[in-house]
Amino acid sequence: MNVLKMQNIQKSFGENHVLKDISLEVNKGEVVSVIGPSGGGKSTLLRCATLLETIDGGVLSYMGEDVTYLNEKGRLCYVKNLNKFRKIFGLVFQSFNLFPHYSVLKNITDAPIKVLKMNKDEAVERAMTLLKKMGLEGKEKMYPCELSGGMQQRVSIVRALAMNPEILFFDEPTSALDPELTGEVLKVIKQLADEKMTMVIVTHEMPFARAVSDRVVFMDGGVIVEQGRPEEVFGNTRTERTRKFLQNYQK
Amino acid sequence: MTLLTMIVKMSEGLGKTCAIFFLTLLFALPLGVIIALLRMNKNIIISAPIKFIVSVLRGTPLMLQLLAVTYGPYYLFDISVSRNKLIPVVIAFSINYAAYFSEIYRGGIESISTGQYEAATVLGYSKAQTFIRIILPQVIKTILPSITNEIVTLVKDTSIAFTVSYQEMFTIGKQIANSQTSFTPFIVAGVFYYVFNAIVGFVMGRIEKSMSYYKQ
Ligand SMILES: Nc1ncnc2c1ncn2[C@@H]1O[C@H](COP(=O)(O)OP(=O)(O)OP(=O)(O)O)[C@@H](O)[C@H]1O
Ligand SMILES: [Mg+2]
Repeated sequence: MNVLKMQNIQKSFGENHVLKDISLEVNKGEVVSVIGPSGGGKSTLLRCATLLETIDGGVLSYMGEDVTYLNEKGRLCYVKNLNKFRKIFGLVFQSFNLFPHYSVLKNITDAPIKVLKMNKDEAVERAMTLLKKMGLEGKEKMYPCELSGGMQQRVSIVRALAMNPEILFFDEPTSALDPELTGEVLKVIKQLADEKMTMVIVTHEMPFARAVSDRVVFMDGGVIVEQGRPEEVFGNTRTERTRKFLQNYQK
Repeated sequence: MTLLTMIVKMSEGLGKTCAIFFLTLLFALPLGVIIALLRMNKNIIISAPIKFIVSVLRGTPLMLQLLAVTYGPYYLFDISVSRNKLIPVVIAFSINYAAYFSEIYRGGIESISTGQYEAATVLGYSKAQTFIRIILPQVIKTILPSITNEIVTLVKDTSIAFTVSYQEMFTIGKQIANSQTSFTPFIVAGVFYYVFNAIVGFVMGRIEKSMSYYKQ
């Protein structure tokens, strides 16, 4: 089944037509990487999917259920209960956006307790298991400012996982990190991919995209120019635009 | 009159000085949050009048506002001036200080990055939960030094209550000064305010320290 289905998505910021008829389906267990030049609309795509931006046209649905519909006047509307859909996905930000006044543990358990109404002991237990899995054992009492960027990003991944999402979105999860710290974050994402976590990853790390993805999507100028298995997109590039982009990357 | 009798007499007014101080904080601190949120409302029909009112409250003397609140009802509606002056004093002070606090809150709220709101929204926090659990604690930490400044000013501003003859410490001091043709009561008042503010500084310092366990 499709976890995420985006059909003919349109999005403009004023005169700036950023997403031009984007259609993207993500199946359960699939790992999709989104690559492409700056300003191509990758972040906007994720922000539309995670309900941080509203789409102007098209249909967005999760688990076969539509988030948007056309009313009798033909205007695009969002369904009332958006929080139901917010439980389906998680988002990992480039800049982590951990809550600085909460300890690592509270960052992870607060939303499960307050939003999902999970029992506190259960939330803590789950958090501790996830922290251990992400190599963050013993860090639960620390505050985000006391952690390296790589650890902060791993905590933010745990925070998203603690909500038990069906699908996890990443917007350039390693772009704010020093080069020597990107590896540890990519490693945990790889680990999630191996466990068949459904993920959509916007990234500029081409070797990583190639290694981790089931499908690579190349976006430029608000359209999906090319998509396919990583060995196709990277090894047997079909379009000139994609080839140019990949060539620039290798330099 | 000996210095000691002066001090004793003026100390009797300290309770009223403290009443103005604490009641003003009690009402103005939360009222400021409400004003700040209304001021930041996207609907201009709400935000514009609030912006104007805040600018008037900040742009005219507190003394004038105090006179208006105390005697305004008499001149406008022929309502007799209440004998207990604490009520108009606290009303005038609370509104005035809420206006100042609201601008501090607004600056603090605007300083929180949109990423904090977005992270909370994606996790499913409601608007109210996001504000109370995620935003407000960080705002309080950021604005605490500015709030301390206002509180220090408030301690000194309690003396303005003398304009409506509310019998707080400074009003008593002024009366003694007049009847004894002495400057000493003013020096005593100065020492009182200084000590009061030293305590304020100590308490606020402790609160700031208690929040220094994290960096934004
Ligand atoms: N909130 C916004 N308001 C106005 N314009 C925006 C907004 N967000 C994005 N844009 C515009 O949308 C276009 C696409 O931006 P987007 O951030 O989606 O690109 P991107 O592919 O993520 O780029 P990068 O690789 O630099 O992150 C850009 O022209 C950008 O200026
Ligand atoms: Mg981007």
